[in-house]
Amino acid sequence: MWKKKTTIFFTLFISYAAYSAWVYTNGTEQNIQIRFSDQEMLGKQLWQEKNCSSCHQVYGLGGYLGPDLTNITSDPKRGKAYAAAFIKFGGATMPNFHLTDKETEAIIAYLANVDASVKNNTP
Amino acid sequence: MNGKRTAFNFWIIALSCLILGLLFGIAGSLQYVVPGFLKEQFSFAKMRPLHVFLITQWISCAAVGSMYYFIPSLNKGKLFSPLLAKLHLLIQAFLIIVAVSFFFTGKFTGREYMEFPVWIIGLMILGWVFAGINLLATVKPKYDTAPVYIWSWSAGILFFIITLTEASLWQFDHFNTNIIRDITVQWKALGSMVGAWNMLIYGSAIYIMCKISGNDNLARSKPAFFFYFLGMANLMFNWGHHTYIVPASPIIKNTAYIISMTELLILFNMIWKWGKSLKKEDKELHLSYRLLKMTDNWILLNLALAIAISVPALNAFTHGTHITVAHAMGATIGINTTILLAAGFFIFFTDKQARFVHIKPKHKKTLWVFNISLLVFWLSLVGSGIVKAIGTAENKVFYEIILALQPWFRAFSVSGFILTGAIIVLAYPLLKYFVRPAKNRIEIFDANTHRPLVIKEKTEVIKTTDEVL
Repeated sequence: MWKKKTTIFFTLFISYAAYSAWVYTNGTEQNIQIRFSDQEMLGKQLWQEKNCSSCHQVYGLGGYLGPDLTNITSDPKRGKAYAAAFIKFGGATMPNFHLTDKETEAIIAYLANVDASVKNNTP
Repeated sequence: MNGKRTAFNFWIIALSCLILGLLFGIAGSLQYVVPGFLKEQFSFAKMRPLHVFLITQWISCAAVGSMYYFIPSLNKGKLFSPLLAKLHLLIQAFLIIVAVSFFFTGKFTGREYMEFPVWIIGLMILGWVFAGINLLATVKPKYDTAPVYIWSWSAGILFFIITLTEASLWQFDHFNTNIIRDITVQWKALGSMVGAWNMLIYGSAIYIMCKISGNDNLARSKPAFFFYFLGMANLMFNWGHHTYIVPASPIIKNTAYIISMTELLILFNMIWKWGKSLKKEDKELHLSYRLLKMTDNWILLNLALAIAISVPALNAFTHGTHITVAHAMGATIGINTTILLAAGFFIFFTDKQARFVHIKPKHKKTLWVFNISLLVFWLSLVGSGIVKAIGTAENKVFYEIILALQPWFRAFSVSGFILTGAIIVLAYPLLKYFVRPAKNRIEIFDANTHRPLVIKEKTEVIKTTDEVL
């Protein structure tokens, strides 16, 4: 009986380890490689430092006080300029983070990369 | 040395985090109802992580505090290393103070749900390693005969170590520079971490059920192990339902979908048990029992919602809406918090050696207020999610959707306020007791007046006859 339990446990655990290794590599390899540039990496870093995900989502990860920004840069109703205005000056609910132009552009560049990853990888 | 004081200190930290976390939750909900409320002074970017982090620490500290209290009873009243447990406590207290300070000052260097610096995750892992050593060395489990709660606690600790490590992988460029991989692995780590919590909490729930019923066979039965392994499979592979919208490999989505559907088996089992329990007269008066019965109902509701949102066609509409929050709140409040409060009251009464534990009328009323306010809270979140999903499908602008959501936001804010009051009423006597536990007396209560009938000196401080292994 004990062998049955430990065998089930280790079978599950080995499957999990193999599945994790696959997720870390081929399972998440992009159809078209869009690695982050330095500017996009700065945008990503700022996204984390200002904790933008507390209010905004990217790929469903984040809060709900503000809109989902996964496709913001290609949204025909909003787009890059609209997003940049909010990021730079805030809004009724969003605080002004006093970002420089360079920082605002970096966040827009990061969001544009996210947006492109949806279009280039959706089957 | 049984490490009881350390277990109580974990509970003090847990209950303090619970109360503070709830207060930040109320303040955060006001920012939904009153746009711009404290936005410059104390924005939602600070409020949300404080609320989420403190509530997650409530769950972790209460779960680990319960475990430290329970495991010596499996080893003649002795904990392998009370010093290691104390070190774990110090690490935990330190990292909470540091993380909260970072949040207050608006210094975020981490990620969603872990917005603190990565070295704090390192401390968390160290704490879990200490807990793992203490668990294994105290109970020296022979897994052939070990009850399922030992398996659950062991798996919980193991997967906390794994998933916390996984949540730090973004430090490497291989993950950080590929948005698809980055998001997928982050969801994977967080999804499985919830499973690790559940393992710890369910372990304590089964332990309490065995002790209340006086029947340890429940934890050794085939169904108990069947559901344990099913839970393990869900912990390992179910996280993918968060990533349906991420364009990773379709295999991830299909695996998650198939595994999610196995939860139906658990649901049927719960319904069957629930129906069976309705037929018998409810003679059980233990407050922990009442709380666990409440958990059963919330499991049913939440599982039905979880299964519904696991269906890809529905998930496409519901993901990114408050339905996901309803699922999270139903799980953390309706399931995890009720189980942990049950564990807290079980420890409270066991430690007082209260021989007859009658549920007091004020507790009955509080439980009603808790359930009704949580139901309104949960339904208002589901309602918000449906309104948002419809608004998004109709391609409405965000501002229009937010305006339509206002009545739902008001409902969840008011019900959240009442719910917080009910939880504080339940948590306060526990906090008071864990700060100043009864020392050398036994209280035997009268069933009708709820007053102590007999108070006498204890002959032993802790029961040591609980030879389970």
